[in-house]
Amino acid sequence: MYRTISAGLIGLLFGIGIALSGMANPAKVMNFFDLAGTWDPSLAFVMGGALLVTALGYRIVLKRSKPLADSRFHVPSNRRLDAPLLIGAAIFGIGWGISGFCPGGAIPALGLGEPTAWIFVGAMLSGIALARAVRQVLDTRIAQTN
Amino acid sequence: MTEFTPLMSLTGGMLIGLAAVLLMAFNGRIAGMTGILTGLLPPIATDWPWRAAFIGGAILGPVLLGSVGQIGFAVSVPTPWLVVGGLVVGIGAYLGSGCTSGHGVCGMARLSPRSIAATGVFMTTAVVTVFIVRHVAGLV
Repeated sequence: MYRTISAGLIGLLFGIGIALSGMANPAKVMNFFDLAGTWDPSLAFVMGGALLVTALGYRIVLKRSKPLADSRFHVPSNRRLDAPLLIGAAIFGIGWGISGFCPGGAIPALGLGEPTAWIFVGAMLSGIALARAVRQVLDTRIAQTN
Repeated sequence: MTEFTPLMSLTGGMLIGLAAVLLMAFNGRIAGMTGILTGLLPPIATDWPWRAAFIGGAILGPVLLGSVGQIGFAVSVPTPWLVVGGLVVGIGAYLGSGCTSGHGVCGMARLSPRSIAATGVFMTTAVVTVFIVRHVAGLV
């Protein structure tokens, strides 16, 4: 229960941060990428501010033995640069460039009551579900052949 | 054109960072939107309540902010592009184990080599995509 309440309040803060920063505005995001045209460098300030606070905060938080509302830190330990990571990242960037929406910008954009955000999120969730289903089929096949 | 908003963007970015730190401090979780969403799609993860609460909060945040001020929003591409873009974003972010929030903020902040590589790759392909769309193909 405690875990759910903290996640809800922190989500609220995340959503406010995204909306204030301009990350929920696809036109602004696309202009950040448009170095040769109507470049808007604002999003460098978003990334800079977020990274600064997170890097400092993580240094303090991750020194503790466990989080306040859970038994352990759920932090990925994989350090290998593999093909799915790099190909997936490349594909994600293409989609981000086509639409101007990323997942962390699109979810808060739903709160703006803009139909285009709902259309994007519907397609994005379908994309995640599709990729996940394909991966599960492939993993099962690999397990059977081994 | 969109207006250059360094102060608002910096403030918003710092709030995003604060949220990432708090989610680690309280829930021990990475504030990665793709990872959080994936657990809410079938087969739904057993720890779905905190995920749903985070998403609910993230949607409610702009509603509250919108009640005290104007939030900029504009889409410069036709709707079919949003559908294609959404599918491509979903597939890529799932395959690449994360997006801007998970890799670009949380992973980069803890100097994860995977996140640094992923962020470099998706920033580059996004810039190249926008260049091709706007300056080579001359669309939107």
